[in-house]
This record gives sequence, structure tokens and C-alpha cells, in this order.
Amino acid sequence: MTFDTPITIALSKGRIFKQALPLLAHAGIEPVDDPESSRKLILDTNHARVKLVIIRATDVPTYVRYGAADLGVAGKDVLMEQGGEGLYEPLDLAIARCRMMVAGVEGAQMGDERLRIATKYVRSARRHFAAQGRQVEIIKLYGSMELAPLAGLADLIVDLVESGNTLKANGLVPLEHIADISSRLVVNKASWKMKHATVMRLVEALREAVGRGES
Amino acid sequence: MHNEPWILPEGIDEVLPPQAWRLEGVRRELLDLYATWGYELIIPPFVEYLESLLTGTGGDLDLQTFKLTDQMSGRLMGIRADMTPQAARIDAQRLRRGVPVRLCYIGTVLHTRPGALSSSRSPMQIGVELYGHSGVESDLEIVQLMMRTLRCVGIAEAFLDLGHVGIFRGLARQAGLDAGQESALFDALQRKAVPEIDQRLGQLSLRPNMGRMLRALADLNGEDALQRARVELSDASPDVISALDYLEQVADRVARAFPGVPVHFDLAELRGYRYKTGVVFAAFVPGQGEEIARGGRYDGIGRVFGRARPAVGFSADLKRLLRAGAVPDATQHRPGAIYAPWSEDEALQKKIAELRAQGEQVLVALPGQTGGAEEMGCSRKLVQEGRMWVLSGA
Repeated sequence: MTFDTPITIALSKGRIFKQALPLLAHAGIEPVDDPESSRKLILDTNHARVKLVIIRATDVPTYVRYGAADLGVAGKDVLMEQGGEGLYEPLDLAIARCRMMVAGVEGAQMGDERLRIATKYVRSARRHFAAQGRQVEIIKLYGSMELAPLAGLADLIVDLVESGNTLKANGLVPLEHIADISSRLVVNKASWKMKHATVMRLVEALREAVGRGES
Repeated sequence: MHNEPWILPEGIDEVLPPQAWRLEGVRRELLDLYATWGYELIIPPFVEYLESLLTGTGGDLDLQTFKLTDQMSGRLMGIRADMTPQAARIDAQRLRRGVPVRLCYIGTVLHTRPGALSSSRSPMQIGVELYGHSGVESDLEIVQLMMRTLRCVGIAEAFLDLGHVGIFRGLARQAGLDAGQESALFDALQRKAVPEIDQRLGQLSLRPNMGRMLRALADLNGEDALQRARVELSDASPDVISALDYLEQVADRVARAFPGVPVHFDLAELRGYRYKTGVVFAAFVPGQGEEIARGGRYDGIGRVFGRARPAVGFSADLKRLLRAGAVPDATQHRPGAIYAPWSEDEALQKKIAELRAQGEQVLVALPGQTGGAEEMGCSRKLVQEGRMWVLSGA
């Protein structure tokens, strides 16, 4: 596809970047540099007008919301946590799939007393327990959630589970399913309206690429 | 130095020189513009009883409104978060005229939380409202005023986004959705979250063509959205079809009035859905992720005040308009200020009065002050030549 208007796409390093590459390639976009080896934060592509910006996963919605990037790839976990206001999320890219789960030691107390929940996903956790009418105390952590129940910091954790191996290695088991997570294409509202033709063609090409992956 | 106590609260800002004069200049120009269209100025109070501030907005404003208890009556008061309900109250309750009423207003509103994009909690809302007429003609008048407002602040390149809340509302009614289902679908539509829309529609047992039409709304945007809507929504109820007809009429008139302005339709963009009843519109500019002005039709808002009146209006944050636009610094047009010495000499007093009458800025030096003409930002000064006082460069 051709680009008659400048387009900036925000991506995060690692799994999302690797799995988004084939989708972007289907839309004819290929980065010139590899973010894992390059220290550049703005990557050129085979199209002079298309740039990729490489940022933290949690910053993708912010960049796109403010129009610093026209489009981006953001995990549903991040969107659920930040609230999706001010953005369009038209497409499930079906990449970087995992589940958001409540986990704890085998046979953990799920009773009526006020449980302590350690998580990075404060808003999602609060919403999940509130929907069940359970009053919990949320402890915000930034990493190594699995340690919290073992160290006696929390009764349960809310975290993303991919294979379940990290949980198992630490003697934890998944207890409740909160949501299926995958990456979404997010689009800036003004870009959607003002670069409509280009954005639509890109969304369609990506939709087609996603459809192919499934068949 | 401990400056922290003097920091302003989050999202509260102030306007300093020279921007304050620029803002005031634009404010006057805009109110003059509205006056030439016959809009009367209202100055509603900064606080009033909560009920009247929230009426007709379906609770959209409740969370956004700061509340305090009135010690005189024990009732709850709110600091206005939006002036539109105040204008509606004034039209329905105070003016009670039979003829169409045109009102304009400007004032600071206060929000409990900053919006998704703007970090401000104290926008300066400027807007116009037209009561007492239901039809394309009054919609067009408001759209015209919105576009002229943008031009006035130097925004040349604006995009117009047009929609109509009657389309989604009609489809939801036709599908028999209850309030909860409608609200969940509305939320997903606002984000064009197609996967969620599919999931939510899948949970409702709708007739296939009903689900297809609701699903289509997420894609019905762009320049050709109306033509596609004619095909996609051909099985819709007469309400929906007449909303489409209406939108097309507005679009035709807008295209004729503003031939160069790109118009983008979006049938899923439903700003203020809970109290809007007809067309909704917004203006976007490149580089801003959020609309800079918006409006629409909200017939019947005065019902709670005892008098249902058709209404249409738009509003914007003047501070944001100024940042997005290109308003020249008013002082740049003028030769700089004039510095005059302090003296009781009558000839000098007279000269100063003359210059001020011509609109010149004259600063009189104060005895014993520090700094001279240059430090005071003056480019000229009054000097004595014989008995005459004349201007010279600073």
C-alpha cells in the first residue's frame, strides 16, 4: 500500500513487536532497523512517511491518545487498566495472547474475610472483585507478583498468565479467570477522521492479515 | 525558598501577560460577532443549586461537578461544570418568551477531573444556544457560528465531524434493547471496539439483520458514510431513516455554506448522547487528538423547568482555542508603550491625556522607581523640547 500522508505507529519492544511484524509486513510496512539491536527510539521503515516509535507498553495508549502517534498496538490489559476513553480500538490483532487471572497457593482461602490482593492491575482487580460484591484490599506492586503470597504480603494475586509455568514454579495455581487478553490496534480519534482513507486502508490490511493468521 | 504553598492546584491555571490581553481581545471579538447575529449575552452565576445544574444532562455532569453545602439553606450547591444547562434554565424559567431566543455566554467552569486529553480542570467556556426552533435552519446557524468562531481565533484548517444520535437511539429501540444493554453497546461504539461490539451483540438474541445494522454503525464513518448507511440501514425503522434524511439535509447546507471545509460523518460518534436528541457536530484540527469545539441539538431540555423547548448550540474552551489558533499578540500591531516622566507640568499632563485619548499606552514614571523606559517595556518616551513635549525613541 502507498502512504500519501505521514503515519506514526507506536509499538512496545519484545513480544508485541515481534508478533506485530508479520501483520505490518502484510500491510507492506517493514522496519529498516531492528529495535532489539538499535538504540533508536524512532525507527524508519521502507516507506519514507511511515515511522515506528518504540515505547513502553503502558505508554502506547498515551502516545496515541494525544496524537503523538496515529496508531499503536496496545495490550487489552493496558487498555482495561487505563480506561479506553479518547481512543478507538477497532481491531483485535490476536497477538500476545494471555489471560488475566486471580492466582494463589493451592486451596487458598477465598472466604468472606477481607482478602489482600497484590497486583499491577489495580483497576481491573478492583472491578473484578467489586462485581462479585467482595471487599478486598489491593496492594499495588510493580513486578514479581508471585512472591507476594509466598512472603505473606498478600493472600492472592491478579496477574497475566501465559503458560502458567511461572505460577507453577512458585507453587501457585490459577483460581479465577478475569479476562482473555490480546493486543488491540488503537487509533487516535483525530487521525481516524483527518487521515481517514489511509487509516482505513491500513486497518483493512491488518484485519486481513489477522484473518489469514487464523485460517 | 519554599515556593510549594503557592503552586496552583492540579489542572487549575491562570492567564498572564501578554496572553491575557490576547484572550480578552478574542473574547470581545467573539461576543461582538455573536451580537451581530442577534445573540444576547447572559452572565449566569458561578454556583447554584445542584438540581438545576444537572437537569437534563442525564447525570453526565454529576461526577464532573464540585459540590458544597449552602449554609443558608442546607441544600447542596454545585460549581458549574457546564454552562449549557444554565442557559436552558434561563431561557425556560426566566425569559419565557414565545419567539426564538438566542443566547451567548462566556465564563470559567470547573471540573472535578481533567478530561481524557486536556489537563485543565478550569476551562473558559464560550458558547451560543438557540432556543425555540427545531429544524435544519437553526442547526446550520449554529454550525456557521462555530466555524466563524474558529476562523476568528485564526484556525484556518478545521474538519467538521457530523453525526445524529437518533440513528443509534432508533436502532436500539427497534432492537428492543434495555437501558443497560444500550449503555454497554454505546460504550463500545464510542471506542469503535469492534471485537467488544461483536461480543455484546452475540450475547443478545437479536434478529440477524438487527445485529448487522447495529454492528454496521462502527464502520459508518468517512466522507461517504451517508451513502453507505442508506444501503446498510435500509431495514431500519422510519425514525432512523428520517434521522438519516435530516442529517443529509444538514450536510448539504453545510457543504454549500463551507465549500472548502472537509466534512467527516460518523454515525457512532455520540457526544452527550444522554441528553442530545438530533444532530451532533464537532470541529477537529490537525495535531489535536480531541475536538476543539462541539455542539448539537438537545430538544426538550427545558421540560424540567416547566417548558420544553427545542434547542441547539455549541461551545468550546476559549483557552484551548487560543492555543490551537494563531491570534497575533495585539501589542504587535501597535507602536510600543510610551514612557513619560512624572511631573506636574500642565503641558505634559495635557499631552499625556491627548495620547491616551488616541488609544496610546502611556506609563507615567513614579518618583524614586527602579528601572527606566526599556525595563518597563516602553519603546518610546516623552521628552521636553523647549516648552513642548514630544515623542522620541526610548
